[in-house]
Amino acid sequence: MHDQQARIKSHIESHQHMAGALLPLLHAIQDDLGYIPEECYGNIAKALNLSVAEIHGVVTFYHHFRIHPPGKHVLQVCRAESCQAMGSQALETHVKSSLGIDFHQTTSDGAITLEPVYCLGNCACSPAIMLDDQVYGRVSSKQVDRLVAEAKEAV
Amino acid sequence: MTTTLYIPRDSSALSLGANQVAHAIMQKAAALNIPVNIVRNGSRGMFWLEPLVEVVTDAGRMAYGQVTEDDVNSLFNAGFLAGHDHPLRLGLTDELSWLKNQERLTFARVGITDPVSLQDYLDHDGYKGLHNALKLSGAKIVQQVTDSGLRGRGGAAFPTGIKWKTVLEAKAEQKYIVCNADEGDSGTYSDRMIMEGDPFVLIEGMTIAGIAVGATQGYIYVRSEYPHSIETLNLAIKTAYASGYLGRGILGSQHDFYLEVRRAAGAYVCGEETALLESLEGKRGLVRFKPPLPAISGLFGKPTVINNVISLATVPIVMDKGSVYYRDYGMGRSRGTLPIQLAGNIKHGGLVEKAFGVTLRELLYDYGGGSASGRPIKAVQVGGPLGAYLPESQFDTPLDYEEFSKLWAVLGHGGIVAFDDTVDMAHMARYAFEFCAIESCGKCTPCRIGSTRGVEVMDNIIAGTEHAQSVALVRDLSDTMLNGSLCALGGMTPYPVLSALNHFPEDFGLVKKEQAA
Repeated sequence: MHDQQARIKSHIESHQHMAGALLPLLHAIQDDLGYIPEECYGNIAKALNLSVAEIHGVVTFYHHFRIHPPGKHVLQVCRAESCQAMGSQALETHVKSSLGIDFHQTTSDGAITLEPVYCLGNCACSPAIMLDDQVYGRVSSKQVDRLVAEAKEAV
Repeated sequence: MTTTLYIPRDSSALSLGANQVAHAIMQKAAALNIPVNIVRNGSRGMFWLEPLVEVVTDAGRMAYGQVTEDDVNSLFNAGFLAGHDHPLRLGLTDELSWLKNQERLTFARVGITDPVSLQDYLDHDGYKGLHNALKLSGAKIVQQVTDSGLRGRGGAAFPTGIKWKTVLEAKAEQKYIVCNADEGDSGTYSDRMIMEGDPFVLIEGMTIAGIAVGATQGYIYVRSEYPHSIETLNLAIKTAYASGYLGRGILGSQHDFYLEVRRAAGAYVCGEETALLESLEGKRGLVRFKPPLPAISGLFGKPTVINNVISLATVPIVMDKGSVYYRDYGMGRSRGTLPIQLAGNIKHGGLVEKAFGVTLRELLYDYGGGSASGRPIKAVQVGGPLGAYLPESQFDTPLDYEEFSKLWAVLGHGGIVAFDDTVDMAHMARYAFEFCAIESCGKCTPCRIGSTRGVEVMDNIIAGTEHAQSVALVRDLSDTMLNGSLCALGGMTPYPVLSALNHFPEDFGLVKKEQAA
C-alpha cells in the first residue's frame, strides 16, 4: 500500500506541470497499477488545482479508466458494426457463456476481465478482439478459447 | 548477398500473426546461415492477404500472401528468397491489379517504406512539401491548400484551407495544431494505417500547418485502442526532433514547432472536435457550443487548427506537387482522392485510395469481390456508425460528398461496412440507438435521453408491441434528435435508424407498400 502511494506520488510529480495533465496522469497511474484507486483523487486534485469531483467526473466519463483492479488479463470483444457483420454477436455470446461472466465482470479466479469495445480499427479482418495489448483478427470461438486458455496458463 | 524482406508492422497484420511469421523466417534463415534483412513496413492495405511477405528480387518485390508460421519451411524449400514459385506466391506486388488501379496520393508510401526510417521517407519524396512551404509566406501556404480543394477527411468535409485561414488571421500569442486521430468509426482504419505505415507524412503535414498559421505547438490525439500507432508515432517524432524536423528553428528557419502524442481514453464522442479539445485540456469530453469556432477559441481558448489525420497527411503532397495536381483528381466539389476502407462482410477487405467519383458497386464488387460469406450484399453502411445504410438499388452512386447528401447519406471518413442478407436491419437500427446511449456525452437532452428512449421504442417494434404507434414514435424521436442535438452523435444517429427503416421496412414488420418515408 505504501509502495502504491509512492508510485502515485511520483506519477503526479512527473505529470503535474504538463498542459492538460489530467489524462496523461491518469493513464500513467492505470498503466502502472492496472486501475485508478479512488484514494488518490485528493492528491491529484491538490496537485492540479482541481476539485475531487472533477477528478471523479473525468475518471468515470472515460470507458478506458477503471477504479477497481481488473483481472490478470483484459479481454475486449468488439461489438461495432463491422464485426457484427462477421458474426461477432455469436462470438460475444460464446465468450460470455464460456467465461461465465457478462461484460465489465471478472472471472471468479481473477484471470480474465471481459470488456466490450467499439472498434479496434481492424475492420477488414472482422471479427476482432483484443487480449491485453494484442489485437486478433478473423477470430473464431475456438481461437478465443485457446487464447483464454493460454492466458490463464501464463498467470 | 543479403535478401531484403518486407513484413508489415501494421496492427491488422499483427492481428493475423505477422510477428510470428517474421520471427519464424528469421530463425529459419539463421539456421540455414542465409543473411536476411527484414523490414517491418506498413500494410499495403490488402488485408485479406495479410500477413503479406514481400521479397526483394531483381524483378521487383515478390508477394506471398496469407503466410503463416507453418508455411515458412515450405517457402524456404521453394526458394522464395529468390522469388520462386509457391502456392502462396501472388506475383510482383506492383503488378497486382487491386493496387495498380488505385490512385495513391496520401498513401503513396504506405506499405512501401520503413515507417520509422527518416532516410527511407526522404528517399521517397518525403519532406519535399515542407521545403517548399518554408520558402512561402503563411498566407501563400494557406492559399495553396485552399486551391487544392482539400476538404476535411474526418467526415465534416469542411474546406481545410478556409479553416487554416481563420486561424492565420486570428491574433494570439499562442496557436495550436491539433490532429484528430480518435478514429472511432466502425469500418475505418485509414488513420491507423497512416500512423503505423507512414508517420512522418503526418508529422510533416502538421509542421506545415504550424508554419502556415503561426502555431508552434501540436498535439496528436490518438485513441487508446491503437497502441501500435502511438508507439510508431513516438518513434518517428523522436527521430524528427533529433534531425531538426521538429523543435526549435525547423531546418534552420525561424519557425519552431513542437509535437506531442496524447492518448485518448475510449470515449467515441471525443472524435467530435470540441469534445476532443476538452479532453486534451484534461476534462470530461463534453461537446462545446459553437460559436466560438475552435479556429478562434480552441485549445486552452487559443486559435486552433483541428484536422483529421488524413487531411493533415494529404498536405505534404499538395505542397510538393501543387494544388492543381491534387485538384485534378475527383469530381464536382469533391476534389482529390479519398482513402476508402472496405470492411465488414467483404471478401477482399482493405484500403482503396481512389479519386472521388468511383461508385459503391465498383468498390464492393471490383475491389471487394462481393461478400465474404458468398451471400448477396443486402446493405452497406457508409461513413461509420452515424452513416446511413444504403440498399443495393443505390450502389451505383459515385463517391462524392454532394451525391451522397442527395441520398440523405454521408461519406464520413470513408469507411464502408458491408452486410449480407442475413442481417436484420431493425436490429441494426436498435444498435445505432444503443451505441449513441453508451457514447453520449450527456450534455444535450435529445441525445442523452433520446438514445435510450430509441432503444426502448425499437424493442417495442421488434416485439410488435403497439407497432404502428412505435414506428411513428421512432420517426418523431429521430426528428427531435436530428434537429435538437448539439453535435453529430445525437444529430446523426437518425441516419442509420431512418435509412434502415425506409429502405428495409420488411425488417421492421412493415410491408413495403406501407413505406412512409
